[in-house]
Amino acid sequence: MEFLIFFIAAIILVFASVLVVVQRNPVHSALFLIAALCAQAILYLLLNATFLAVIQIIVYAGAIMVLFLFVIMLLNLKKDEFGPERRKAQSFFGILFAVLLLMELGLVVKIGLSKLTPADASLSFDFGGVQLVGKSLFTDYLFPFELTSVLLLVAMVGAIVLAKKKL
Amino acid sequence: MLTVAIVALVKVIVVLVIFLLMIAYLTWWERKLLAHFQVRLGPMRVGPHGLLQPLADGLKLLFKEDITPAGSNRIIFTLAPIITFVPTFMVLAVIPFGKSITLFGKSIDLIISDFNMGILYIFAVVSLGVYGIVLAGWSSNNKYSLLGGLRSSAQMISYEVSLGLSVIGILMLSGSLSLVNIVNQQDSILNWYIFRQPLAFVIFLICALAEINRIPFDLPEADNELVAGYYTEYSSMKFAMFFLGEYGSMINASAIATTLFFGGWQGPWLPPVVWFLIKIGAFLSFFIWLRATLPRFRYDQLMRFGWGILLPLALLNIFITAIIMVW
Repeated sequence: MEFLIFFIAAIILVFASVLVVVQRNPVHSALFLIAALCAQAILYLLLNATFLAVIQIIVYAGAIMVLFLFVIMLLNLKKDEFGPERRKAQSFFGILFAVLLLMELGLVVKIGLSKLTPADASLSFDFGGVQLVGKSLFTDYLFPFELTSVLLLVAMVGAIVLAKKKL
Repeated sequence: MLTVAIVALVKVIVVLVIFLLMIAYLTWWERKLLAHFQVRLGPMRVGPHGLLQPLADGLKLLFKEDITPAGSNRIIFTLAPIITFVPTFMVLAVIPFGKSITLFGKSIDLIISDFNMGILYIFAVVSLGVYGIVLAGWSSNNKYSLLGGLRSSAQMISYEVSLGLSVIGILMLSGSLSLVNIVNQQDSILNWYIFRQPLAFVIFLICALAEINRIPFDLPEADNELVAGYYTEYSSMKFAMFFLGEYGSMINASAIATTLFFGGWQGPWLPPVVWFLIKIGAFLSFFIWLRATLPRFRYDQLMRFGWGILLPLALLNIFITAIIMVW
């Protein structure tokens, strides 16, 4: 049963991710990205990371992608706005980086496989729940957590300064 | 294993059927109540006091011609109403309807799934509902629809923030994200969260109104400026699906407000499910009452109110709650 769900979610994830890149219409790309994010949330659920799964839907699928769609619709991009010359350069760099990424992935898997250890048996069943994730965020990872929030604040202030000429 | 699956299936079907019936009769109740507010009688022809009117409306919508406008994006145009109404059904999965009952010697919880992150699940599912409206507006290839869709996405994102923050006060007091636990904690009327989090309740109610696009926040469909907003081009069953979604989310908002602030199914003498339905009915009537009373917000007022007043108030509420708890 679990395997079946994983299989379906994984297939949706792979196909949706490929379609995000292949689609010509930016709205369709955004929609497939949402589908991919939802499939990813299912994979998190299967790994018992319930909090991560729900947050994935709320933050990425529910908030950020709405803003993406919002901007795409406001711009109302036409197909001919991507000229042919640009696509030539794009495809050259695209293929280059795809090959580099694949090589890197292979390297990581090759190195990582030898270092794999069996899962920590002392982990409780609810290790991905709100309580335990929150606890570790506010004890072990407090400093990086607070640092991230400052980073987000800086980004927000920057965006406001850029958007508003006159404050 | 098999009995668990069967019990779950039966629960899902029963809840769905009741939910659909409630939606149908909510339209009747809204027309009746609005009519009486305006000193009219409302539907009277079909059945006694128009009680069969929802069935007649449903049949009429089914037999109407299904039009897809030229130049629209056909796939997304069809998908949009489905995306709108499916999340409203999904919300029902975590709402507790009553105490567990004993049937055929087995105790059955009156909730489809006691997920221990019920509130977060609801926020996740509700946040997906906005896509239906946005995509309907975009795919119709119509200026008014697009404007309605854009307005709705801006409105829903803005008010979702305050909606989420208003609930955090309750989470801090209850120490749990499970709706079952939150209802169990409100076992006497003094423990209802409305009395311990009054500010949060006001913010929650206003934001919920904005999320379900009801007057005074019905800008996405604003009849007199946008024709009918995002669903201008829709007809027949697709149009009906938008209405299912809209009235369904109205019921959901009432159910969530009841569960979080008014003790859910808790109440004396009557059976829990009846109490739950009475409280939901009170909220629904209140929403209809508002529709009969208030004018619509202007767009800039809506944005200033959401970000300038509700958001700081919601943050203040969290701050005060934290201070009182530490005290």
